[in-house]
Amino acid sequence: MKYLHEYRQRQSIEKISAEIARITTRPWTIMEVCGGQTHAIVKYGLQQFLPQQVELVHGPGCPVCVTSLEIIDKAIAIAARPEVIFCSFGDMLRVPGSERDLLAVKAGGGDIRTVYSPLHAVELAQQNPDREVVFFAIGFETTAPANAMAAFLARKKGLRNLSLLVSHFLVPPAIESICSAADSRVQGFLAAGHVCAIMGYEQYPPLASKYRVPIVVTGFEPLDILEGVMMCLRQLEQGCCSVENQYARAVERRGNIPAQEMLEQVFDIAAQTWRGVGTIGASGLRLRPEFAAFDAEKKFSLDISPQIDSSGCISGQIMQGQKKPCDCPHFGQRCRPEQPLGAPMVSSEGACAAYYRYSRQVTADEH
Amino acid sequence: MCLGIPGRVEEILNSAPLERSARVSFGGISKEINLAYVPEARVGDYVIVHVGFAISRVREEEAQRVFRYLEEIGELGDLG
Repeated sequence: MKYLHEYRQRQSIEKISAEIARITTRPWTIMEVCGGQTHAIVKYGLQQFLPQQVELVHGPGCPVCVTSLEIIDKAIAIAARPEVIFCSFGDMLRVPGSERDLLAVKAGGGDIRTVYSPLHAVELAQQNPDREVVFFAIGFETTAPANAMAAFLARKKGLRNLSLLVSHFLVPPAIESICSAADSRVQGFLAAGHVCAIMGYEQYPPLASKYRVPIVVTGFEPLDILEGVMMCLRQLEQGCCSVENQYARAVERRGNIPAQEMLEQVFDIAAQTWRGVGTIGASGLRLRPEFAAFDAEKKFSLDISPQIDSSGCISGQIMQGQKKPCDCPHFGQRCRPEQPLGAPMVSSEGACAAYYRYSRQVTADEH
Repeated sequence: MCLGIPGRVEEILNSAPLERSARVSFGGISKEINLAYVPEARVGDYVIVHVGFAISRVREEEAQRVFRYLEEIGELGDLG
């Protein structure tokens, strides 16, 4: 496939690797914000192409991982109702709630459908007028326009039996939260390329300037990530803190305007609770009042109080770059993909799942 | 979730503004993809697709940029 194969060529990767080694004179810590980047780094063993002085730490950019326990419990309560067809991206089914996961609800007879696009939920609502179709609308800015379109089309088509359980997160406030932490080790960021494909990167220069960190919008292929690291290191070595765009083939400065316009029509910005991290102001999206009829939380009048995660999962520390999966005492022991304690072991973008899947390689590199 | 993969627009299937869609090929597998957010995309273009929606068009010139850079820092060799 064009633009996959070319960006995975070992020869190109080795050239960038040599250039990185040439320009690096000191230890640096860089955070890759997106879980998709984490996955590529571990899958392709990209740390082996970096000098030992350069450490990559993982960021909070896995939407499955940061969805709160409270929302998972709400999803489970809705999905268990007999009149409901509950639609979700597949990764969410095995995320542990307080007592069980969505897969257990499905095993118990709940009508839970895995969809790959929110438009499938719209189709299901049209095809099943006597059922309540609920779509689990999770994700960052990348996914939010697709989910917004589902609500918009539902209203346009006059569907009364579709609603969204919304759990959306915004990346720039999370970066600011990490930068402003007193114990932050992060000196530069690889910003999430597909979030920026939607939102652009005009929000980043104030952050780069305020916290004196370089931010490089970066893609997901091995060559993208190593070039992003190289651009970040070049700035760090020169004492610069600007915003650059490595992923220019897919990202423009202003982002995707039609998608942003749809987001503004459907969602308001609101405070959001990040699993393992806590509440961050203006870091989430909620349906605007004119879309209240499509809000599953309102439609089903749920009475579920926030729970404390007592699983022992250290997801918050992992997603803020403070610890790595191998630092967790439960990693590979009590916590495995088939029996996860927390979401980072479930999702295809979760740092723990990536480390577990490619554990031999990680063990060889890091121990 | 944030994974997006490039695919080639093979055929426009629906031209209604919000439901503009196309058959997009991903290395042999084809799917119907919503193009509402990339109104400029045409047959033959590569688009990045995420959860059934094209979120950006891949710009060929920019895609080649890194390889030009690699040529500058050494012999590029055969990239296939």
